[in-house]
Amino acid sequence: MKSLLRIFAIMRKELLQLSRDRLTFGMIVGIPLIQLTLFGYAINTDVRNLRAALVDQADTHLSRQLIADINASQVLVFRDRVDSPLQLETLLDSGQIAIGLYIPPDFDRRVIEGDRQAAQLMVDGTDPIILGVGQRLTSIAMGFDTQRRSASPAGLLEVRNYYNPERRSAVNIVPGLVGVILTMTMVLFTAVAIVRERERGNLELLINTPVRTTELMLGKIAPYVIIGLIQVVIILGLGWLLFQVPLRGDRLDVLWASLLFIATNLSLGLFISTSATTQFQAMQMTFFIFLPSILLSGFMFPFDGMPEIARNIAELLPLTHFNRLIRGIVLRGADIQSMSRDVLALLAIMTVMLTLAIRRFSKRLD
Amino acid sequence: MNDRDLVVNAQGLCRSFGPVKAVRDVSLAIPRGTIYGFLGPNGSGKSTTIRMLCGLLTPTSGEARVLGLDVRTQSEKLKQQIGYMTQRFSLYEDLTVLENLQFIAEVYAIAGKHRKTRVEQLLSDFDLQEKRRQRAATLSGGQKQRLALAAAILHEPKMLFLDEPTSAVDPQNRRDFWEILFGLAEQGTTILVSTHYMDEAERCHQLAILHRGVKVADGSPRDLGRQIGASIVEIIADDANRARIAMNDLSEVASVTQLGVRLRVMIPDSIAQPAELVRSALQEKHIEGHVEQVPPSLEDVFVAVTEMRGQEEQAA
Repeated sequence: MKSLLRIFAIMRKELLQLSRDRLTFGMIVGIPLIQLTLFGYAINTDVRNLRAALVDQADTHLSRQLIADINASQVLVFRDRVDSPLQLETLLDSGQIAIGLYIPPDFDRRVIEGDRQAAQLMVDGTDPIILGVGQRLTSIAMGFDTQRRSASPAGLLEVRNYYNPERRSAVNIVPGLVGVILTMTMVLFTAVAIVRERERGNLELLINTPVRTTELMLGKIAPYVIIGLIQVVIILGLGWLLFQVPLRGDRLDVLWASLLFIATNLSLGLFISTSATTQFQAMQMTFFIFLPSILLSGFMFPFDGMPEIARNIAELLPLTHFNRLIRGIVLRGADIQSMSRDVLALLAIMTVMLTLAIRRFSKRLD
Repeated sequence: MNDRDLVVNAQGLCRSFGPVKAVRDVSLAIPRGTIYGFLGPNGSGKSTTIRMLCGLLTPTSGEARVLGLDVRTQSEKLKQQIGYMTQRFSLYEDLTVLENLQFIAEVYAIAGKHRKTRVEQLLSDFDLQEKRRQRAATLSGGQKQRLALAAAILHEPKMLFLDEPTSAVDPQNRRDFWEILFGLAEQGTTILVSTHYMDEAERCHQLAILHRGVKVADGSPRDLGRQIGASIVEIIADDANRARIAMNDLSEVASVTQLGVRLRVMIPDSIAQPAELVRSALQEKHIEGHVEQVPPSLEDVFVAVTEMRGQEEQAA
């Protein structure tokens, strides 16, 4: 009971201070607005080793030749071989693959007749870069020993764009921005929140009161959870209004994913605040996390296109996991249960950070 | 005196920060209801000692009990019963007077009904009623100080630590502030206050003089004057400068302090007639002036103990 009273006291204080700090208040609304309008186009780049799966219903010499040729191009890595196009779609839905190759039973006949495409690439078009890869694959010259392919007007492969038929990059950028903005604001606000009290001398007074460390941490975090959710609503709402980015998944899933991600970032911020002694240091440490998050999380460049070492680093960043979650839910309509790996990863990062923060924060001055 | 009547009982407190020994072997015995002063210049270990007694800093060695609680192991329990006013204003400048007090009341988990009456009572006791909706940042030095004190005693602590509470206020406010302190002491609150103002130290019931982390003297202000082992001779000379030089040349003189046209000359008790010594020395140099032996002030005590310490340290 007393504990709750103290947590609420700190929450209320924090909100009061926030409402009087015009700059911070402006940042809450301003950052999403500015970033959303600024990030129009993503940086394009060459991609290799995209995760893919295939269905080969023809299973002929010719179809195996096609698969070998695509493999040799190193653009796709076929991880799975499934039985039906439907299964490919499921894999696409859950984000396990970026591209599916479907070879129909009448593949040989289609190749010989040459009036229709012989096979289909099912591409996760939410990422324009991946879509571009799919399109480039169609122009790959296939080393068929029979006829010259250029004779065929329809081409060998047909590209079918999933989730983003209009090929708009905003569709991919907007949900990614949710994560980027939450990382920037949530980590920074909390990192600065405790350091500021230390710098202004408030902490010396606070630690002399019966307030417990956990109460102090929870009371400081809670107001920012609400602020984070407001930002999510602003970004997705504006994304829908300005760029017609759809929300295909369940809104509750968006809420859960956002809450989890916000809590993870706040824990990270608290951890920073226990390590930094000045607000400037806290800011620097925030950017130490923020920059790799932007570059490696899959927000700017497709995750699969990065070298292994970068991918391993990216797995440690909360934003990587959140990007998968939010893009899955918003763009592909996936449900959060099908992406439990990323949920677990976020939970793990949060637990570690919060434990470290509470252990490092001492109610003594030594 | 019985040990149970001691609110603060510290033995051999030491605290080092790396190679720096901030506090060395400080022992304290403070009885209930007294105003106990820490007198010393900046860096003499006043704040460090107070922080150790509050449980904010762990002593490197030594023991201390405050209100019967061990500062090492029972600091959380201790925090419910003590009040601490930091040297720097540490309430929230972007909150109003009322909001600050309400926040502190909630943090101490003071029950709802009592909380409101207590806050109102403090607002009127400390003459802050009109400022209740004003942000703390816009208060004057004296008002900030009253607000900080109100926050420190909101939960009615039995022991109050004040770290240089009057460093940013004018003399009138300082007098008012001390009246509040005396009122609190009368009601049984024990107060430990650090200061570098002599006139404030003069008001304390008991006093400890700290110098470079060591307690060099303690007792009531009057006792301290008797203990210093030196007498004070005051000179009012037309040419104070020359008189000062003459006094400095005398090997018997421990120290000379100039206060405008007056010189205060400290001469150890080993000299039987200090005034005579001064008079003949001035006559020798043909300096006119009025010479008189006066009772030592607290400032003299302070000079005596710190100078002697300094000489001892140099000798060692």
